[in-house]
This record gives sequence, C-alpha cells and structure tokens, in this order.
Amino acid sequence: MSPELWVIFTAILAASACALIGAFLVLRQGAMLGDGISHAVLPGLALAFIITSSRDVLPMLIGAGAMGLLTAFLTEFLSRTGRLYRDASLGIVFTVLFSIGVILIAGFAGQIDLDQECVLYGEIAYTPWDTFVVGNTNLGPRAFWVLGVVFIFNIIFISLFFKQLKITSFDPALARTVGISDRLWHYLLTSVVALTVVAAFESVGAILVVAMLTIPGATAFLITRNLQLMLILSVLVGVASALGGYYGATLTNTSIAGFMAVAGGVIFALTLIIRNVIDKTQALSTVSLQKQAITPIN
Amino acid sequence: MTDNRNNAAPIEVHDLTVAYRKKPVLWDIDFSLPEGQLIGMVGPNGAGKSTLIKAIMGLLPLSSGFIKIYGKPLEIQRELVGYVPQRESVDWDFPTDALDVVTMGRYGKLSLFGRPSKEDKEIAMDALEKVGLADFAKRQISQLSGGQQQRVFLARALAQDAVIYLMDEPFAGVDAATEKAIIELLGELKNKGKTLLVVHHDLNTVAEYFDWVMLLNLRLIKLGPVQEIFNNENLRTTYGGKLNLLSEMAEKIGKMP
Repeated sequence: MSPELWVIFTAILAASACALIGAFLVLRQGAMLGDGISHAVLPGLALAFIITSSRDVLPMLIGAGAMGLLTAFLTEFLSRTGRLYRDASLGIVFTVLFSIGVILIAGFAGQIDLDQECVLYGEIAYTPWDTFVVGNTNLGPRAFWVLGVVFIFNIIFISLFFKQLKITSFDPALARTVGISDRLWHYLLTSVVALTVVAAFESVGAILVVAMLTIPGATAFLITRNLQLMLILSVLVGVASALGGYYGATLTNTSIAGFMAVAGGVIFALTLIIRNVIDKTQALSTVSLQKQAITPIN
Repeated sequence: MTDNRNNAAPIEVHDLTVAYRKKPVLWDIDFSLPEGQLIGMVGPNGAGKSTLIKAIMGLLPLSSGFIKIYGKPLEIQRELVGYVPQRESVDWDFPTDALDVVTMGRYGKLSLFGRPSKEDKEIAMDALEKVGLADFAKRQISQLSGGQQQRVFLARALAQDAVIYLMDEPFAGVDAATEKAIIELLGELKNKGKTLLVVHHDLNTVAEYFDWVMLLNLRLIKLGPVQEIFNNENLRTTYGGKLNLLSEMAEKIGKMP
C-alpha cells in the first residue's frame, strides 16, 4: 500500500476511535475531560520513556493510562472536597500534570526521543516510516495497528456495556439506586478515553485529539436523538474530517492534523446551519397549520 | 422477593443525620414506616425532604445512623425499592425515547452483559400504558411535555416492579388531569400492598391524597395517620411563622369531616 493510503487509513482510525468514545463524553457534558487527559498523559509518557528508555507501546500505555486515571480521580476529589466547580478542578489538575511532563522532557532531553511539537501537533505524515515488523514481514505503520486495535476495543467496550454507559450518562442517580455504580463507570469510561487518547496522540497530537473527541459527537447530537445512530454518525463525521483533512492539507501543503480539526469544524458549522434552517421551517409550517385550523371556513 | 420481606418495617430509619459540608440538613431522624400505606411527606422549602429520600436511596453519605429496608441494608434489598427522582434531575435532551427510559427501570435485574429481553420491553410497555403514554413509546423524550416526562419517570418506577416506592415531587409541574391520574395510580399500588413515600407540596390536598403524613423540617416533626396528626398545631411547628398560609389551612381543616 502506498504511504498516502497508510496515512489516510491511520487518520480515519484515529478519528473514528476518538469519535466513538467522545460521543459519550459529549453526552455526559465532560468533553473537556478529554482535553485534560490528552494533556495530562504527557508526564506518563515521559516517565515510561525514562524508565524503559524505549518507545514500546505497553509501558507508554500504562504510564499514560495511569496519568489519565489520576486526572479523573484528582478532578473528582477536588470538586467533591475542595469546594470547586468540576471544570476549575480539571483545569488545575491537567495543567499541573502537563507542566510536570514538559519539565521532565526538558530535563531529560538527551534521553527522550519526544519533543513538545510532536506532542501538540502529532506527526501523522511520518507514520508510514515507523513500521511494525514481525519476523521479516513488514505489516505497515505501527500507528495504524495500534489505532486499529483501540478502535475495535472501543466498539467491543461500548457494545458490551451499552446499558451501563447509557444509564449512567442519562441518570446517574437512578443507576446507583439499581446497583450500577456511576462512579465505577465514570472511571472505566475515563480509562478507555485515556487509552484512546494515547493511541491517537502520537499520530495527530493532543489538540487534534480533543477536536476528534468532541466535534464528531457534537455534530451527531445536532442530527439525531437516537443514541445508536448518534454513535454511527459520530464515526462518519470522524471519517469525513479525516478525509477532508488529508486532502485539504495535501492541496495546501499544510498540516494534516490541523486540517482535520478544521474540516471537523466546517462539518459542524454546516450541520448547525442546516439544523437551524430545518427547525425554523418546521416551526413556521406548524404555525401556518395552526392558523389554517383556526381560520373559519366560509 | 417476598423472602426478603419478613416482618420488619418496609423502611426503618434510625438516628439519621445528614450533613452537607459539615452543615447538618437532617437531624436525628428516627422512624419506621407502616407497610401498605400511601404516605405524604410535607415541609417547607429546605426542610430536607429530597435529602431524606436520597439518603434512603443510598445516594448521600450519612453522617450518622442507619437505614434498613425490611430489616436489611439497602445494598441487598435494592430490588425492593423503586425511585422517582425530580424531573429536573436529568437532561431531557438526552438521545433516547420514552420506552427506552422506562426500560432502564429493568436494568437493575440484568446481568453485567445482559440486555433487556422481550419480556423486559413488554413490562416497560405495560408501565407506559398504565400512565397513559402507550402512544408516546417511541417519542423522543425532549419532545414530551413536562407532565408526560413526569409520567415517564413514574412508568420507569412501575417497571422496576418494587414493593416500596420513594417519589420526589411526582406532582411538580403537571396539570390537574395528570395529577388526578397519578394519584389514582398511587392508590392502585397501595391496594396491591406496596408502601409509598411521596414528597408533596400542596397542603390543600394532603388529607385527600394520603393515609399517613410525615411532617419534616430538618427534624422529624410528626409521622402518623393524617386524621390524627395533620392539624394546625403540628403544621405551625413544621412551617414556623408562615401564618397566612396556615390560617388558610386552619379554615380548610375546620371544614373537614
């Protein structure tokens, strides 16, 4: 397969994996938790590098996953006991963790093959050259396989625990009264978000991860009030953003990741405009129908 | 299910204190509810009515005391208790329909990986029918009126098929016809031997709707049959100096048979 195709497929997988799990964050009014996690995983990645001095996927996932969970725990803890709103707590936790990550990277610069640029913007254009080799077979880019596994894992997680995710998102109090712990599922969902963020991170960077976690779910929410359909539409919007981003960046010779977020933003804006037009037309036709009903027939 | 019920009271609350950031909002609450009664809970705003319901449902940490459901802790008796939260407690823009929300009442009976069966869906549909919303089963919940949303919550509690029901202001924001339909439904549940504790705001209808009444204002003021304890003196203790309201009530109570 050509390098271009590998890049496109990697972008699609990154966007889809984020879109799927991000839809739940949008519904739980926790989209910024994705932002927090995507930054807070940095010290986890740095520590994994320092301790193992390698770029193996597993230590990275563990380090980053632990930091993602720590972010969720600390945020909950602060908003429960520190008399703070949740978003303020999150703002404190993730910026401090992120800064620790920055210091670690700066301090161990010689040993860490990772720079802030890459963390923020990703380097999806280079993914085809970081390949996954088993024996003598080159299976293609490592990022493609990592994201593929995470995407499938997300699908399995959501389908297996659809009812728990739904009830704890809609009515956490009822969930707890019927014995489904809203807190447990909050942390499980957070862990899956952390996993997804780490996988997507390398290719598309922290900023785009937040865009792909939020924009597809938000766009789908404008279109439908059916949860399953919303999840499917989120993935489709993610795929469209990835394609739009790739071709937009190629045409203008700019950043793929940056263009993906812009493409997502444009899709969202168009959807919002169409939604408003439809709602207005419907409202008008309802009014005119009522007028007809009221007007006496002579 | 009946195995768990033995001879204990449906709900026993002992020495309960609940504090919010060290400020107590419920003090020394101590009571047992009688089985098979329709019990209204009244008290002024901020009296801790919702807090008491939530504490019984295990949604709040207790500062002291304990709660037993038919003599055992809530954790092993969850299936016996159905909960109707305040309508405003959820976001009605959530992407789901009425039948789906009612089906959530069955989730507590499903295994970790279990999905609602055909039977669960039928039970949910029956519950919707009982509250008069069968035609709205597939309606998006954002498109239901306030009264319809309230009835969806009620149907969800029915689908739980519990023996004790705790309801937080089920009459809030519903029209007169809906209120009448809801109170009839509560009467039917009572006739089936279920115990119902209902937060209520309208003092005018307490005597008409309920068998027992709980007067609450941070402390438990009184609990007993409406005829015995729903009088001017107890209301004055509960509501303090809100006299205009009380004189109105006194007049009504004076007219009561």
